[in-house]
Amino acid sequence: MVKITFEEAMKRLEEIADILEKGDQSLDDTIVLFEESNALVKFCQEKLDKAENKLQILSVDNNTFHLEPETE
Amino acid sequence: MDLSDTFETTVIYSVSEINLEIKEILETTLPPVWVQGEISNFVHHSSGHMYFSLKDPNSQISCVLWKSRNLSLHFAPTDGMKVNVLGAIRVYEKRGTYQIDVVKMLPSGIGDLQLAFEKLKKRLHEEGLFDEQYKKSIPRFPTAIGIVTSQTGAAIRDIKNVIQRRFPSTTLILRPTVVQGDGAGKDIARAIDEFNEYGQVDVLIVGRGGGSLEDLWAFNEEQVARAIFRSKIPVISAVGHEIDYTISDFVADLRAPTPSAAAELVVPDINEIQAAVSDLYLYCRKSVQRILNDYRDTLHTIKTSYGFRRPQDFINQHRQRLDELIHICSMASFHKTALIRQQLQRMQYRLTDLNPASILKRGYSICRRASDQTIIKNAVDVDVQEQISVELAQGRLTGIVTTISRE
Repeated sequence: MVKITFEEAMKRLEEIADILEKGDQSLDDTIVLFEESNALVKFCQEKLDKAENKLQILSVDNNTFHLEPETE
Repeated sequence: MDLSDTFETTVIYSVSEINLEIKEILETTLPPVWVQGEISNFVHHSSGHMYFSLKDPNSQISCVLWKSRNLSLHFAPTDGMKVNVLGAIRVYEKRGTYQIDVVKMLPSGIGDLQLAFEKLKKRLHEEGLFDEQYKKSIPRFPTAIGIVTSQTGAAIRDIKNVIQRRFPSTTLILRPTVVQGDGAGKDIARAIDEFNEYGQVDVLIVGRGGGSLEDLWAFNEEQVARAIFRSKIPVISAVGHEIDYTISDFVADLRAPTPSAAAELVVPDINEIQAAVSDLYLYCRKSVQRILNDYRDTLHTIKTSYGFRRPQDFINQHRQRLDELIHICSMASFHKTALIRQQLQRMQYRLTDLNPASILKRGYSICRRASDQTIIKNAVDVDVQEQISVELAQGRLTGIVTTISRE
């Protein structure tokens, strides 16, 4: 799968659900779509399951950006 | 100047006339002005209109605030209160006095700031910075959120807590800023610009927790407003409490009443999304199941249709015909052999009849020329004195021809 955002994944998943509901497509297409929906669900679940992100601090030094973990 | 010199030559005004003249001069030459002073002799008349004087240590001026305008007043004016008023100078001809016809009155102190706020708000509004057409939409599922606030304030703690509860996988990037006092506006504006250069965030939250009007002031500065306006990244303004409105709120793509609320607005609740993903998955599965069943049914229908039963039927029919033919053939051949057997028998009988031996048995004999054993059928075929042999049913005779008779 090409790089895709969570938002795009959800949108595509909704699209596929609509297409499958109408059921106008061929059997081959149905299977391809279902496989795609499986991949999207997996992708979304992974995104949702990802461990929580720590806050990072943005700083600029000589026109380059640095990210550092928050010092509590 | 000696006034008596002009007495004879100039027009003599009536009181009304001179008051009218003054009125005209004052009201046409003085534009609406802001005046600061302390309220005294405040009267809220039963008619609803407010009458009072504004004074400073050296002077005072009468003011009137008509009922229609004082209804929108956000505070109760009292004697001794320092205020800023906006209004036009009006002459009250009847008494020959002038007063300020007040359009707007704000408590002073915060009044000065409020004044600046109102002026900037008006200017930016006219310039179009608040126009709906420039509002960017906030992404539904931001992957990374940039935050412009103080690293030690309540705002960042609140935002962090809410987002970690609602959508923990979101990346939060803070660009720490000074949020009040000297240089705060400049720092906030620069932070917004830096995030735009950095570019790795989907949305910005710009704000701080609650405080006095002075504390929140940086978010009313023009440079902050302009930085928000030029930001390519959508900006959520989250300053102070519910009731606090800042210029940032008007320019931002979305106004959140508080920093916590901004966090609630910026990410969806993970539980809802998880449920949505599960629903969509089940929905897809059910649809596919249904589609497969439909195909299965169709396939079954086709398989059992007349057209598809034909070949089998064809084969069966031929099989049957073949059996029939085999039967016919075997029957036929049976008859045929019987017939042939009969004929054979008949032939055998005939052959038996024709066997010369059986003829001999009936008393006939076969006569041959002795020299070459040819059968003699005609008397003339032999000569007198020629030797012949005669074959009988039993045994053989040899003799000599003595006479030949042609008859």
